[in-house]
Amino acid sequence: MSRAKSASDSVKALRAEKRKESWSRYLDSLRYSLHVITHPFDGFWDLIHEKKGTLAAAHTFLILFLVVRVMKLILTSFQFINAPIQHINIFEEAGSLALPFLVLCVANWAMTTLFEGKGRFRDIYMAMCYALVPYILIQLPMVIISNGLTFEEGSIFSIMLSVSVIWCCFLVFIGLMQVHDYGPGKTLIFLVVTVVGAMVIIFLVLTFFSLLSDAIAYFVSLYREIVYRLY
Amino acid sequence: MKGMIRAIAILCLLALLPVTVLADDSYSMKQDGFSTSYSYIYDYWGDVQEAPNPYRVSTVIDSMTIGLDKLDGKRMSRPQSLFVHEKDLYVADTFNNRILQLRYDGVEFELIRVISEVKGAEPATFNNPYDIAVDADENIYVADYFNYRVVMMDKDLNFIKAFTKPTDSTYDQGLDFLPKKIAVDVAGRVYVLGANINKGFIKYEADTTFTGYIGANQVSVNMAQYIWKRYFQTKEQRAASQSFAPTEYENLYIDDEGFIYATNTIFSEYDLKWDKAKPIRRLNSLGGDILIKNDRYPPIGDIWWIEEGTQYLGPTRFTDITVLKNDLYVALDRTRGRLFGYDNQGVLLWAFGTRGNVEGAFTSAISVEHMGYDLFVLDQVENSITVFTPTEYGQMIYDANETYLNGEYDRSADIWRDVMRMNANYPLAFRGIGRAILRQDDFEGAMRYFEMAHDQESYGRAFKLYRKQWIEKNILWIVLILAVILIVPLVIGRVKRAKWEVIMHEQSKVRQ
Repeated sequence: MSRAKSASDSVKALRAEKRKESWSRYLDSLRYSLHVITHPFDGFWDLIHEKKGTLAAAHTFLILFLVVRVMKLILTSFQFINAPIQHINIFEEAGSLALPFLVLCVANWAMTTLFEGKGRFRDIYMAMCYALVPYILIQLPMVIISNGLTFEEGSIFSIMLSVSVIWCCFLVFIGLMQVHDYGPGKTLIFLVVTVVGAMVIIFLVLTFFSLLSDAIAYFVSLYREIVYRLY
Repeated sequence: MKGMIRAIAILCLLALLPVTVLADDSYSMKQDGFSTSYSYIYDYWGDVQEAPNPYRVSTVIDSMTIGLDKLDGKRMSRPQSLFVHEKDLYVADTFNNRILQLRYDGVEFELIRVISEVKGAEPATFNNPYDIAVDADENIYVADYFNYRVVMMDKDLNFIKAFTKPTDSTYDQGLDFLPKKIAVDVAGRVYVLGANINKGFIKYEADTTFTGYIGANQVSVNMAQYIWKRYFQTKEQRAASQSFAPTEYENLYIDDEGFIYATNTIFSEYDLKWDKAKPIRRLNSLGGDILIKNDRYPPIGDIWWIEEGTQYLGPTRFTDITVLKNDLYVALDRTRGRLFGYDNQGVLLWAFGTRGNVEGAFTSAISVEHMGYDLFVLDQVENSITVFTPTEYGQMIYDANETYLNGEYDRSADIWRDVMRMNANYPLAFRGIGRAILRQDDFEGAMRYFEMAHDQESYGRAFKLYRKQWIEKNILWIVLILAVILIVPLVIGRVKRAKWEVIMHEQSKVRQ
C-alpha cells in the first residue's frame, strides 16, 4: 500500500518536474526570440540546429501577431486608423492573415524540399513565427502610444510601423536562409517561387471546393429526382 | 438513415453557402450607386445613405401652361438651354428657332415675349439657337448655331454686333463655326463652346476680336498606351483606333466672380475615380482648373455604377452646371437624370432625381438653372421645365452653410443640429457641430463629433487641445508617477549595493 502510494507519488513528482522543466524551456524559448531578432544569423541557426526554439513559443508568437493585428484595428487612435468598426469581424481579420501565412509556409516547404532545402516543415514554421516578433514588440506599444499622439505627430507612428514591417521581412529572409542552408541569391529566388507556389495551392483548393460543390449539387438533384419519381 | 440524410443535407447546404453568398444581388444595386431612394448621399465609406428630399417639385411648366398653344399653336421643340437673369427665365426653343422669355414671381410663370427676330441683322431670324446669355445691361446673346454666329442685341432686340468665325490661323478654317454653348462675363467677353472645336472655349473680347482659346483639355496618354500604339500596332490598327485627341467640353457657366465652371462628359469611366477625368472644372483666366476638392471622393456624381453598355448605365455625365450663392454648385446628370449639389469644398450636399416620366423625374434632362435657391430643369424630350423649391431640410443645409461662411459659427451649429435631427447620416452636420463646440472649448465633445464625421485632421486639432488641457490638469500626478518610476529603482539599487558592501565587508573580516 505504502509502496504503491510512494510509487504514485514519485510518478507525480516526476511529472511535476517534467512540467516544470518544459515550462522553463518554454519561457527560455520565448526569451530566446529577443536574441533571434537582434542576432538573426546565429539566432536562427541555433533556433533550429541547437533546438533553442520550441513549437509552443512559435504558436504563441503567431497568435500574438494575430491579436496585435486585430487590436491595432480597434484600439489605435482614430486619427491614424479609421477602420469601419461596425463591419469588422475579428475572426475574419485574423483568418485573413493566418491562412496566407500557413499557405506560404506550406508552399515554401513544398518547394524547398524538392531543391535540397534542409528545413523540415516544423523548422520553417518556427522560423517564420519567430520572424514576427518585431511586429509584436513594436506595434503593440505603438497602438497604445498612438492614443497620446496628435495628427501632426503621426509620422512617428507611421515610421515605426514601417520599421517593424521591414524588420520582419528581413528576418524572414535570414530565417529561411539559415533554415535551408541556402545562399542569399537562392533564398531570394525561392521567396518568389514560394509566392507562386502559394498561388497554385490557393487555385487548387478553390478548384477542389468548386468541383466538390458541383458534385454535391449533382447528387442532391439526383436524390430529389429519385424522391419525386418514387412518391 | 434519417440522421444520415440530414447530415448529408447539412453538408450540402454548407457547400452551397459560398455560392449563395456570391449570388446576393444587393451588390449589383450598390454598384449602380443607387438604392431605391429618390434622394440620397454617400457616406464616408461610399455607401448610399437614403436622405430626406432637399427639394420638392413646385410646378412643372410646359407649352400649355405658359400659353404657347393660344399664341401660335407651336409647342416647344427640343429646347436646349435655360438662362436666368434676375426674375426672367430665358428658354432656347431650339428647333422652333426662337427664344422664350418668361417671368417668374416665385409661384407663377408668365410668358413675356417670344424672341424670333433681331432687328437689323442679316439674316434676321435664328437657325437652331442652342444657347442664350444675358449680361448686366440686359443685352441678349444668342448662339445661333446654323447661322454660324453669336448674335448680340439690346433689350429691345436691336442688333448690336455678331461674333463670327475667327479669321485667326489658330482656328482651322476648314471647320464651320458652330456655337453650341455661350457665356458672357461682366466685361462683356464672350466664351463660346463650339462643336468640333477641341482646343477649349473660344474667347472673344467685347469688341468681337478673337483672343484665343481657354482651358484646353489636356491630352492624357499613359506610357503603356503610348508604347502599345507606337511600336506594336499595325498601320491599319492605328488608323482604326481613335487618335489621342483632347475632348470637347459639354457645357459652361460663369459664376459671380467671373470663373468658368465647365463640365466634360467625354472620358474613360476608369479615369473618374482617380480624379483624372475631372468632369467638373473651375477655370481661372489662364485656363487652369482651380476647383477645390476636399472630400474623400472628388465631385464626380455617382461613385458606383455598372459599366457602360446599356442606355441607363455607365458613370454620371454632367450635361449642365449652375453655381448658386457661396460657390455651391449644382450639376445635372444626363445618365440617370439626377441633380448633385456640392459645397465650395467639393463635398456632396445632396443628390436626387431619377429617370422616368412622373413629376420630379426626367426623360432627357438637358439644362439646369437657378433663381435664388430654386432650380429649373429643362427636359428636351418632354419639352417641359421642372421647378424645384428647397424643402425645410434643403433650406437648412443652405442656411447652415451660409451662416458658417459668415462666421456665425454658433448659429450654424444650431442649424446643423436641426439637420442632424432630420438626417442622422449627414457627415457635414457632425463636422459643423464639432467645429462650433471646439470653439466653445468642449474638446472632448468636438472629438466625438469629428469621429462621427470621419474627419481625422479636425479630430487631431481637437485632440491636441484636449491633451494639453489633460496634462495641465493632471500635471501633479504625472510628475509624481514619473518620480516614482525614476526614484524607486534608484533606491533599490542603493539598498542592494549597501547590502552587498556589508556582505563583502563581513567576508573580508572572515578571511582575515
